Amino acid sequence: MDKQILIIILGSAIVTYLPRMLPLVALSRTELPKPFLRWLSYIPAAVLAALLAPEILMPNDKLVFTGNPYLIAAIPSVIIALITRSMGLTILIGMVTMVLVQRLM
Amino acid sequence: MINLDQQLTKNKPISNMSQFFYGVKSALPITLGYLPLGFAYGVLARNAGLNLLETVMMSILCFAGSGQFIAISLFSNNVAAGAIISTVFLVNLRHLLFSASFVPHLRCFKPGILALITAEMTDETFAVAINHYNNHEANLYYHFGLNITAHLSWILASLLGGLAGNLIGNPEDLGFNFALPAMFITLLVLQLNSKKTVLVAGLAALLSVSIAILWPGNWNVILATVIAATLGVLLEPWTSKF
Repeated sequence: MDKQILIIILGSAIVTYLPRMLPLVALSRTELPKPFLRWLSYIPAAVLAALLAPEILMPNDKLVFTGNPYLIAAIPSVIIALITRSMGLTILIGMVTMVLVQRLM
Repeated sequence: MINLDQQLTKNKPISNMSQFFYGVKSALPITLGYLPLGFAYGVLARNAGLNLLETVMMSILCFAGSGQFIAISLFSNNVAAGAIISTVFLVNLRHLLFSASFVPHLRCFKPGILALITAEMTDETFAVAINHYNNHEANLYYHFGLNITAHLSWILASLLGGLAGNLIGNPEDLGFNFALPAMFITLLVLQLNSKKTVLVAGLAALLSVSIAILWPGNWNVILATVIAATLGVLLEPWTSKF
């Protein structure tokens, strides 16, 4: 097994586990300050938007608005996600649109 | 089993076995989402240069859809291990909040059990469990039934994707390059429940793209998230007037 890959897998496992485990185990006895909770409540939406925007708008690390298959596939995906709130269906529609766009372009 | 929901609301004692299988049943919608996603992860991991054992081992030890995708994508771009692990950490920071939100429901259990239950806490298992606990008492058998089923489907899908990885030429031809954006779109849509959150998400998207253009590297996600969430708190006196 490749040593570099092993380090990445084990390192990722640790930094995945700790944020899941520490708050519940440590805070099951204490109260968190209100402003910190407010800040934490914005983190999910902020991190998802920060990940998604470059993924869709900058496919090859350059800002592309026209003829960008990611941007085109995102449109039906957002609509399906808003209507159904289903991850499985959104992924399916997104991938099918991506295939069609890539074939046609 | 069939009338478990009725029994639960009537507060009748329910066998641990029924609770476990109710958890399994609650995980089925999650497995529908995990099968294509885990398969896509398996295909991409093999294409990035991981062998089958490494591909499956990551799904067993991490069980983090977006974290695993990010790690694989950065690895195939020759990013250093330290930078990959830091980015995965940042992507997982949202779980701090999820974990903290379980406190009122699960504080009665022993820390050792809680440490075990959180190992399989993903966006989806969290969402299903916290929804269940809004009107049911927390139950470890239910929770482990939910967690284990979701995790097994993730491992199985990764294995199948890993096996197919070498057979499928270019995963992009099958649209797998859009599996991750589509997952983020769904999770983001599920998060946008107030105008304040929409504003923070918009700021984060704008900041992330701007920073990525001005300062290539992978700092855009970390910086945009922290700045947007901080602005979200600082702007609250103003945004609450909407």
